[in-house]
Amino acid sequence: MSKKMINLVIDEIKTTVPEGTLLLEAAKSENVKIPTLCYHEDLCIAGNCRVCVVEVKGWNTLLAACATPAMEGMVVYTNSPLVRRARRDILALLISEHSTQCTTCYRSTNCELQDLAAEYNIDNEIYINLLKDKIFTVDRTSWAIEKDESKCIRCQRCVRTCAELQKVNALDVINKGAEMKIATFFDMAMSDVVCTNCGQCINRCPTGALTERRYIDEIWDAIGDPTKHVIVQTAPAVRVALGEMLGYEPGVRVTGKMVTALKRIGFDSVLDTDFSADLTIVEEGHELLQRLKRKLVDQEDIALPLMTSCSPAWIKFIEHLYPDYLDHLSTCKSPQQMFGAIAKTYYAEKKELDPKDIVNVSVMPCSAKKFEANRMEMKDSGYPDIDLVCTTRELGHMIRQSGINFKELPNSKYDKFMGESTGAAVIFGVTGGVMEAALRTAYEIVTGREVPFEGLNITPVRGMEGIREATIKLEKVLPDWSFLEGVELRVAVAHGLTNAAQIMDNIVIGESPYHFIEIMGCPGGCIGGGGQPIPTNEEIRRKRTEAIYTEDEKMKIRKSHENPEIIKLYEEFLGTPLGEISHKLLHTKYTRRERV
Amino acid sequence: MRKRESAVKNAVVKYGKERKNLLPILQEVKQIKNYLSRSDISEIGAEMGLSSAHVYGVASFYHFINLTEQGQNIIWVCKTISCYMKGSNDIMMALEERLKIKIGETTSDGKFTLLQTNCIGWCHKGPAMLVNDEPYTDLTPENVVQIIDSYYKK
Repeated sequence: MSKKMINLVIDEIKTTVPEGTLLLEAAKSENVKIPTLCYHEDLCIAGNCRVCVVEVKGWNTLLAACATPAMEGMVVYTNSPLVRRARRDILALLISEHSTQCTTCYRSTNCELQDLAAEYNIDNEIYINLLKDKIFTVDRTSWAIEKDESKCIRCQRCVRTCAELQKVNALDVINKGAEMKIATFFDMAMSDVVCTNCGQCINRCPTGALTERRYIDEIWDAIGDPTKHVIVQTAPAVRVALGEMLGYEPGVRVTGKMVTALKRIGFDSVLDTDFSADLTIVEEGHELLQRLKRKLVDQEDIALPLMTSCSPAWIKFIEHLYPDYLDHLSTCKSPQQMFGAIAKTYYAEKKELDPKDIVNVSVMPCSAKKFEANRMEMKDSGYPDIDLVCTTRELGHMIRQSGINFKELPNSKYDKFMGESTGAAVIFGVTGGVMEAALRTAYEIVTGREVPFEGLNITPVRGMEGIREATIKLEKVLPDWSFLEGVELRVAVAHGLTNAAQIMDNIVIGESPYHFIEIMGCPGGCIGGGGQPIPTNEEIRRKRTEAIYTEDEKMKIRKSHENPEIIKLYEEFLGTPLGEISHKLLHTKYTRRERV
Repeated sequence: MRKRESAVKNAVVKYGKERKNLLPILQEVKQIKNYLSRSDISEIGAEMGLSSAHVYGVASFYHFINLTEQGQNIIWVCKTISCYMKGSNDIMMALEERLKIKIGETTSDGKFTLLQTNCIGWCHKGPAMLVNDEPYTDLTPENVVQIIDSYYKK
């Protein structure tokens, strides 16, 4: 049934919209921009900042455009003197309680409040500055997220993000009136609460109240230290989003330019996390097959479904909220950590370096990776796997600082070795990618044939549905895997922790039909990660996703186990997948945590 | 310890796990235990499937849901404008003098905690205060001392 249509007039423009359309959306469809702060496309409506107010003929109050549906015959003014004055006052009031130290703010030039203040010419003296009468704290306890109350405008986007998208609720509104603020449980330190460090709140914060902990200075210092060999690795999702920090539209692949920029910045070796993504697939694929064997042949009581362990936000989520199910997690470290462990052993040996002189820097689309790198257990080689983690945003800042004209850079290739990559590794950056890469490898190990999908594109696990599933029947298997003959391998993919929670709840009640589940903490997977350029919305995430799949299709090698450097790594160093050295360097264990 | 745990569980069983029952559960546990501790709050969250931060957010909104240990009797002196105009400051000073404590503190014998509240609807008979749930109106620095003394005799 088609929806009832509503006729209304916005700024003298007659328009017709389906019933239920919000005034904000109706105005957007006519190219009328209404300013917003608390509104975010990914979240439910809050209507608390009031900056989107409009005048409607016949109504004696101004209405919030983000929270008012269009009604028949409405005559709306979005830019009348009354509206402009109201918006100006609202902004001035917000600013009277906001630390307007824009020159020293990390979000300067990428701040929605700053933009609106400029648009509305806010004079700071309209209202008395209340900031000096309040006590504000800056929470720098977390490895990943910094929370500065003095910049918070209480729009509650972070609260809604944490509740709706991630079902973590680490942040909530506390107290009331003038004392109302955004805080954790009993205002505890961010490092001590259930926060998964996913950084989705950072991506949606309109100001600089929530930012990632920055390690830019430490990285510059390491580069400048002649005694150090500084290695940089870049995650798959960085190359399709970095451009947004440097003047490109979303969805432009800047892999070659990024590599050139990193070399010019002065890293001793520019390598690719894709290499260790391939390594993860080989290890994890074998782990899956081994678990199936132990379950089906040896009749062992082994935890299935197996769940991926690449996403550090997801890991911390399950540790806090489902600590009884940690044995479902793959013991494989994430690609970032595997890379670090191999760099400080095999790489150091081949390059004749002392591992203590190696500084491993990783560029990640993620804030939680900063926490992961600082986990106590992540130093199996005797040295920390990873020394410093920066986000896509931080790398963008570093490139700007270095004075490089990014758009004019030539393309170059990653250094060898540990710079070789496959299409399977590239798609790690999107939801469903790890699953697709794992299936390309595992299916071939078992049957000796390629996965039965056109062009190796396993489309059922692709897309933006919160939870997707697929079934692959294993037929005509190789003799070693005869116990899998005729088995229907059931897999599922989920992204965003709210969807992960749904998967977990099914496991808890014993109704999970799957063998293997991929979980990514962030909506869209790593391309929507907490370290990616701001803003984010579904369209931007879709463009980045398309860019990743294009990158995959342009690769010569598209299966992890065919990466020549991986094959060589096993021949020269690791021996076999899940072997003794693998076990020591590439696998890890998990910690039970409290749910506060 | 066992008694504490059962207070939360009993309240959740009594009212049900739905989100709408959070407030009566908070009130009941506070009533039984005098105040809500961190572990009570997170236990309520775990029992109801809500995050600890969310339960804390709701509890911290309400002045009458105390999150720190209180004296046996809580005195709430109205701080709103009508009572203020009629001299609630003098009442507060008389109370501080009698109890030898400041606003927010508890007497050393644990008998009284002295707090302020927003309007309690007795503007026409101000200055007013509550002792626990009992309102007292038309207060003077003299009669307020007698009221306190009557609690010592109880």
